[in-house]
Amino acid sequence: MTALLSVSALDAFYGDFQALFGIDFELQQGEAVAVIGANGAGKSTLLKSLAGLVRNRPDAIRFAGREIGDSPAANIVRFGLALVPEGRQLFPSLTVEENLLIGAYGGERTSPWDLQAVYRMFPVLQERRRSAVTVLSGGQQQMVAIGRGLMSNPSVLLCDEISLGLAPIVVEDIYRMLPRIRGNGTAIVVVEQDIARALRSTDRFYCLQEGRVTLAGRPADTDQDAIRTAYFGT
Amino acid sequence: MNGFDTIIEGVLLGGVYALFALGLSLIFGIMRLVNLAHGDLILLAAYLVLSVTTVLGVPLAASSLLIVVVMFAAGFALQRLVLERVLGDDILPPLLVTFGLSIVIQNGLLLGYGADSRRLQAGAFESSSVTLLPGLSIGLAPLAALLTAVAAVALLQLIFYRTSLGRAFRATADSPPIAQLMGINERNVYAIAVGLSVAVSVIAAITFGIRANFDPSIGPARLLYAFEAVIIGGLGSLWGTLAGGIVLGLAQTIGARINPEWQILAGHLTFLAVLMVRPRGLFPSRRP
Repeated sequence: MTALLSVSALDAFYGDFQALFGIDFELQQGEAVAVIGANGAGKSTLLKSLAGLVRNRPDAIRFAGREIGDSPAANIVRFGLALVPEGRQLFPSLTVEENLLIGAYGGERTSPWDLQAVYRMFPVLQERRRSAVTVLSGGQQQMVAIGRGLMSNPSVLLCDEISLGLAPIVVEDIYRMLPRIRGNGTAIVVVEQDIARALRSTDRFYCLQEGRVTLAGRPADTDQDAIRTAYFGT
Repeated sequence: MNGFDTIIEGVLLGGVYALFALGLSLIFGIMRLVNLAHGDLILLAAYLVLSVTTVLGVPLAASSLLIVVVMFAAGFALQRLVLERVLGDDILPPLLVTFGLSIVIQNGLLLGYGADSRRLQAGAFESSSVTLLPGLSIGLAPLAALLTAVAAVALLQLIFYRTSLGRAFRATADSPPIAQLMGINERNVYAIAVGLSVAVSVIAAITFGIRANFDPSIGPARLLYAFEAVIIGGLGSLWGTLAGGIVLGLAQTIGARINPEWQILAGHLTFLAVLMVRPRGLFPSRRP
């Protein structure tokens, strides 16, 4: 079976600075994969490359039979790959509902996620739909960011540090929604600093260190020491 | 009724200034682009309407519509072919380019139409008036200008706050890279914004061209009034821009009433006073 998303020998650059070195990465339909690693390991760069915010060789990234390594971000979300960016990055000029609606701007994929489906998953957002996003709590803002990503009805949802800066109980609430998202056939990639949390909620993981994959596998088959070494690189 | 007259005249003049300013306000709000050629684009539109009405003999209303479409396309192309290349973190290159464009348009108009003063002919409409109270009549043309300004602001507000395009405008203004993640093509959004701005300028050109004489050199002065209206009203707020235009119009007519030499000066002094008291304008947008 060919993977839905496959990355081969990806080198990513910010100007002259090389952030990723020969990354290989695969994702099957409906799968949940964690990308773990210390600060600066290249996790966010990997997601940005997938989402088109960092450009690469066309054939470095293949998604659903297309070479998308150099496609603009605005096209990639139409193909079905949506990013929930680090730090939420909601639009402060838009209300809660408008932030969700703009997620569906591409407009070509309309099911199963729409405004009602997002409100069913996060009822509190319906209550606050006319509020400015700036007055929401961090957890509610994260719900808007995830909802906004889902509104494009992606086949892959990329989540960059969705637990960052949130209370543990709120993180728990948000992670509880991941199976529901996968239940609709959406594959999920989570980038996390909280290793235990990431490994608990995913099928497979990749560990990055200084721009290279140092370990990959299934959480259950991998022992803690191996992960620690791959993470810190001692 | 003298004082009352002055106030009405000021408000009506404000409608014209607001129309000058709307396009400027629009693209500044979305793109943070200060278009120094805005006044000259208004003049270009006025000359185009003049040509279509006099040379081709098309009625004013129909030719206005035609030129709105033409200028929208011109604005779209201007952004995609020229401005897009210089937009970035540095605000100087777009300023220089629009400054250059201003000179090009001025001299192009001079070459094509000569330096004579022109005026748009609107027939009986120019001089007809409605009587509000005994002894108080309002010229139909200035009244139409004010109503058009109000309608233009209302329409733009509607586009901004009730449509998917408007959401895309605001999202792109907030953060271009994140807007791209939503599938928004930033280049098209910007090009539509410039097109809209220039199209609105056609309305400004017509109301102005019926009211007063114009020649190729007066663009920069219109730009100055437009700037003042935008700043008085508050950056990024379209209703504010309308209010700013009216404040400016009032200041000028009241100044002129006191002493005809003071018309322009009173406008500028009011502008300075607003800047000193409320540097962010009367109705600044909520966004920090």
